[in-house]
Amino acid sequence: MASSNRISRRDFVKVTTAALGSIMGVVLGIPIVGYLIDPALKAQSGEALIPLGPLENFPIGTPKAFSFTRSNINGWEKTVNSYGGFVLRKSELEILVLSNRCTHLSCSVNWEEARGEYVCPCHDAQFGSEGEVLGGPPPHPLDRYEANVEEGTLMIRFPATPYQEG
Amino acid sequence: MWQKMYAWLDERVGFDGLYKNLLDRPEPHGNWWNTLGSASLFLFVMQGLTGIFLTVYYAPTPDHAYDSIQYIMNGVAFGWLIRGIHHWGATLMVLVVFIHMLRVFFSASYKYPRELTWMVGVFLFLLTLGMGFTGYLLPFNQRSYWATVVGTNIAGVVPGVGGFILKALRGGTDVSALTLSRFFSAHIWMLPAALAGLIGVHLYLIMRHGESDYPDADD
Repeated sequence: MASSNRISRRDFVKVTTAALGSIMGVVLGIPIVGYLIDPALKAQSGEALIPLGPLENFPIGTPKAFSFTRSNINGWEKTVNSYGGFVLRKSELEILVLSNRCTHLSCSVNWEEARGEYVCPCHDAQFGSEGEVLGGPPPHPLDRYEANVEEGTLMIRFPATPYQEG
Repeated sequence: MWQKMYAWLDERVGFDGLYKNLLDRPEPHGNWWNTLGSASLFLFVMQGLTGIFLTVYYAPTPDHAYDSIQYIMNGVAFGWLIRGIHHWGATLMVLVVFIHMLRVFFSASYKYPRELTWMVGVFLFLLTLGMGFTGYLLPFNQRSYWATVVGTNIAGVVPGVGGFILKALRGGTDVSALTLSRFFSAHIWMLPAALAGLIGVHLYLIMRHGESDYPDADD
């Protein structure tokens, strides 16, 4: 070689191959990683406001049942789940919305007007009108939906929040 | 540190010998037609890789096959790219393998001592067609369904054993869920395993005999 800073043909091919190979690796690697982790990046909040109808439909003093369905799409699969609960309008503006899912094993509780309590058909658990445990196996009170009234329509926030002490 | 690691590996693996035996082969006077074998190998590897990634989301059942591919195309980031490469790569691979075969035929490279390379190559070509045939059903749309009905019907007209071949291919009398799952199995396990094994034999034979020279004026 005449001068030492002239790159030899062999070195040139080596460097070019390594550089092009790295570029191709990155160009192909990024889509592949994106493809693999894509479902993890699509966070499903699942939160929603559910309208339950005009407020005057709900009588003051007695719990009234409601139900709704939510669909969940995972990839190409769509599942529909049913949810339900009771609206207890304690006064004109004081509204308590309980989930009907028993906190023991998730059976649906029913409102027994004569006894003035919610009763679970599975293990005879009893809840008071505010969801508090009166008897039976449930570990804690019924879940509650956050409720508010917008333009005369009762709205609840899905999903229900577990009852918290205090 | 890298040099130490390289030296440690080299002492045990023997990169020099690998390089000499696998890659450092003399090429007969340069000809682009001689690159088609390498191109076929590259396409095989690429089809393998994109195919592996497609199985992350694809579901080989009549209920979900079509929907899962719609999801790959529209729902997953870069899903269109992975499936696009697999889709067009499949067509390209059949084409490149076939032209490779024509090149070997016209340059008479199949002659002694390379007859076995040629025979193995013919099986490689048939297996490539098998990959194309089984892969065509997997999207489970109208076109792939009817192509498989017609394709398996063709196998069914073989005298005597045709009816049996038809049922064995379809896994019953109809193109059904069984057909889809057995084509899937053939497409991702049996045929690729056979291809990989025979490619190994093919490559070994090429390394052993070298590439054939083109005939010159003296021949």
